[in-house]
Amino acid sequence: MKEFNIVLTGIGGQGVLTLGMIIAEAALKQGYDVRTTELHGLAQRGGSIPFHIRFGKKMYTPLVLEGEADVIISLEPLEALRSCYYGSKQHKTIFLIDNDPVIPLSVSVLGEKYPSIKEIENNLKGFSKKVIILNASEIVRKEIGSDIAANIYLLGYAIAKKLIPLKEKFILKAMEDVVPKYFEANKKVFEMGMKH
Amino acid sequence: MNKVLLDKPGEKVLLLGNDAVVRGTLESGIGFASTYPGTPSSEIGDTFAEIAKDAGIYFEYSTNEKVALEAAAGAALSGVRSMVFFKHFGLNVASDSLFPLVYSGVKAGMVILVADDPQGWSSGQSEEDTRLFAKIAHLPMLEPSNAQECKDFVKLAFELSEKFKIPVFIRTTTRVSHIRSVVKLGKIIKGKTKGKFIKDISCRNFPPYLIDVHKELHEKLEEIKKVSEKSKVNFISNNKKSNLGIIVSGVSYDYVMDAMDDLKISLPVLRVGFTYPTPDKKIKDFIKKLKEVLVVEELEPVLEERIHVLSKNVNPKLTIYGKSHLPNVGEYNEELVLEALSQITKKKFSMNLIAHKEKYQKLKIAKRMPVLCPGCPHRATFYAAKVATEGMDVVYGGDIGCYVLGVYKPLETQDFVFSMGASEGLVHGIRKTTNQKAIAFLGDSTFFHAGMPGMVNTVFNKSNPLIIVLDNRITAMTGHQTNPGVGVTAMGEETKAISIEEIAKSFGIEDVKVVDPFAVKEMIDTIKEFLNKDKVSVIVAKRECQLLAMRKKKAQGINVLKFEIDQNKCQKIGICLNKLSCPAIYKEGGKYKIDKDICTGCGVCAQVCPVKAIHAVKE
Repeated sequence: MKEFNIVLTGIGGQGVLTLGMIIAEAALKQGYDVRTTELHGLAQRGGSIPFHIRFGKKMYTPLVLEGEADVIISLEPLEALRSCYYGSKQHKTIFLIDNDPVIPLSVSVLGEKYPSIKEIENNLKGFSKKVIILNASEIVRKEIGSDIAANIYLLGYAIAKKLIPLKEKFILKAMEDVVPKYFEANKKVFEMGMKH
Repeated sequence: MNKVLLDKPGEKVLLLGNDAVVRGTLESGIGFASTYPGTPSSEIGDTFAEIAKDAGIYFEYSTNEKVALEAAAGAALSGVRSMVFFKHFGLNVASDSLFPLVYSGVKAGMVILVADDPQGWSSGQSEEDTRLFAKIAHLPMLEPSNAQECKDFVKLAFELSEKFKIPVFIRTTTRVSHIRSVVKLGKIIKGKTKGKFIKDISCRNFPPYLIDVHKELHEKLEEIKKVSEKSKVNFISNNKKSNLGIIVSGVSYDYVMDAMDDLKISLPVLRVGFTYPTPDKKIKDFIKKLKEVLVVEELEPVLEERIHVLSKNVNPKLTIYGKSHLPNVGEYNEELVLEALSQITKKKFSMNLIAHKEKYQKLKIAKRMPVLCPGCPHRATFYAAKVATEGMDVVYGGDIGCYVLGVYKPLETQDFVFSMGASEGLVHGIRKTTNQKAIAFLGDSTFFHAGMPGMVNTVFNKSNPLIIVLDNRITAMTGHQTNPGVGVTAMGEETKAISIEEIAKSFGIEDVKVVDPFAVKEMIDTIKEFLNKDKVSVIVAKRECQLLAMRKKKAQGINVLKFEIDQNKCQKIGICLNKLSCPAIYKEGGKYKIDKDICTGCGVCAQVCPVKAIHAVKE
C-alpha cells in the first residue's frame, strides 16, 4: 500500500472530528506515518465539516487529492454528495453513508432542493466503485437511545468489511485514548457496527 | 493528561500544528504567553489555558492583540521568555506597539506567532500575507510546513530571539495550524516565570537616539542574515542537475513533493523556511545553473520578487514562473500545483482533473451555510430588530463574531463587516452624513477589544446611533474563550466581571438598558423607543451563548425544555421558519414541525407565533 486516503464529512456536532482522531491515532499505532487536516471556525455553526486523513509509508500533504479518496465516510447524505469529487471510478472509491439527512436552511427557508437518497446514490455512482448506505443513526438510536455514536457504528462496519486497512485492536486502543470517558459505550456501538 | 505535557523525549505523537507550537514553547522554557483568540491560531490558546497551571507558566487572554503583545513584551523585557500569538488581523491591531518593540529589543526570548488564513476559512474580511510585515517591521520570520516544524521552529525562534535580543516571527497558515502530523518530542525545560526589569538604555527608541537604534537594528539583521544563509530550515530536496527547479515556502512544500510523485518527476526543490531575512546566497547558488524556476507560495509573490532581484546578477536569462501559473488569492492545494507543473513540464497526470471537476460542477447541491445555532440569542435580537424597524430605512452595522451569520437571509442584519469594533465608527459616520437610522451590532468581547473608543466617540461628537451589544457572556466564535465580562481568567481564576452597561453609563450615555433577547416583545419595544432618541443609546442584549448553556445543563443533568407545534392550531403562516429561521424548525408535507433533537427550548418561536400554536412539550 502506497498510502490510504480517507475523507470524512458531515455537519459540525455529528462527531466527524472524533471519528477522524480515532482513525488517525489507530493508523499511528499500526506503524504508519499519518497526516490529517480539518476545518474549524464557522464549521462549528452547522456548516459542512470535512476531515482528511492520509496514512502510509510516506506522504506529504494532509489534503486528499481530488478523485484519490479510497473511502469517503459521510454522516449525512447531502454532505457525501458535496464531497463526491474526492472519489472516482478510476480510484475505486467506496462511499459509506449514514442515511440521516439534516435539512439545511437553504432548503427549508430558501426553497433549494434536497435530493432523495436514491438520487444521491445515483449521482455518487459516477464518482465511485461502490456506495453503501446504512441507517446507522436509526439503529444506534433504537439500541442506546441517542444517535450520537452513529460515527462509531460506521467505523465498526468499515473495519469489519475491511474498507479501511486498520486492525480492530488498534482502533479500540485509539478509541480508548481519544474518548476515554465513553469508551465502553463506544465499544458496544463499534461491535454492533462490526456485526452489521 | 494533554499530550503536549508528555515528558517522554523521543516519543512520537500525533499533534495538531497549533499544539506542536505549544510543545515547542515548553521545550524552550517559556514563562509567559498571551493572546486574543483568533482562528486559525485559537487552539494554541485553548491548549495553553488547559495546561498552563500544570506546566507552571502564566497564560492570559488579553483584552485585545495590542495589549497581548505589550504584555508579552513586558515579560520579555523583564527576562521571562514569552510568546504572543494571534491571527493575521490581530497583528494589524498589535502593530502599533510591534514596530517600537523591534527597535528597543528584548532581554529574554520573545516569539510572535501569526496565523494567516488564505481562503478565509475562518475570517471573511480580507486575505493577508503577513510575510510582508516582516520586512516593514524589520523582524526575522520563520515559516514551518508541518507539525514537527511548528515545534522545532518555535525552539529555533526562541534561540534566535535570545541571541539577537529581537522578537522573532513564526508565520503559519490555516493548513499548517490545522494539520495533524507525527512529532518527535524533545525535553521540556522549566522556564523562569519571574524576572526583573532592568532600567538601562536599551529602550531608547526616541529622539535623539532613534536613528542610532534604527542603524543598530539593520546591523543586527545583517548578522541574522548570516544565520539564515547557514540555517537547516532552508534545504534542498532532490539535489541534482536539472534545467527546471522549484523554490517553495510553507505548506506548499507538501503539495510540490506529492505533485512530483504523482507526475512521476523529480526536480530539485529549495524549501525556504527562513522567510526574512532571505538566504540570498543560497537562493543564488540554487538558481545559478537553472534555465527555469517555479516559485510556489500562497498569496503574495514575496519570494518570486526576491528571486527576480537576485537572478539579475547570477542568471539574468532565468525564466521565473510563479503567479504566472498559480493564483495570488486563496489557499493552494496539490491540484493547483499539479496543474502548474504539468503545464511547465508537459507531463500528464493519470487522471483528467479538469473533466473530473466539470462532472462535479454539473451537480446542483443545496448550499449548507453556517448558521446561528438553535436557540442562539443573537437570532432573537436580530429578529426583534427586523420587526422593530419594518418599513424603515435602517442601516445595520455588523461586526466580528458569531453574529456575522446574521448577514444571510432571512435575518440580513449585517450590512457591512469590517474589523473588531468597527460597527460603531461606521454607523456614526453614516448617521452624520445621511438621514438614515443606524444600528451598530457588536459582541461583548468585541466591545472590550476595540468597541470602547467608538462608543466614546459617539458621545464626544454628539452622534445618535443605536448601539446593541450582543452580550452572550463569552467569546463564542473562536470556541468559548473567556473575556473581561465573564469574571474568570484564562487560567480559571475568579476576577472582576466588568459590566458593559456600567461602562456605557460612565461614558455619559443616558439611555442604557439591559434586555434579555428571549423577551422578544420587550426587545422590539426598546429598539423602537431608542431609535427615536436624539442622543446615542445602548441596549445590552444579555443572554449566555445557548451552546454553552446547553453544555452546562447537560453536565448538571438538567433536562432541556422542548417545544412543539400544535398542528390543530397552526395556520401555516410560517413566521417561525421564514422570518426567525431557527434550524430546529422545518417543513414536511406542508406542515411546520420542530426537530426535538436539536430544539434547545429557548421559546422564542412560541413568542413570535401570532396564533399561539407553539408550546412547550409537557413531560
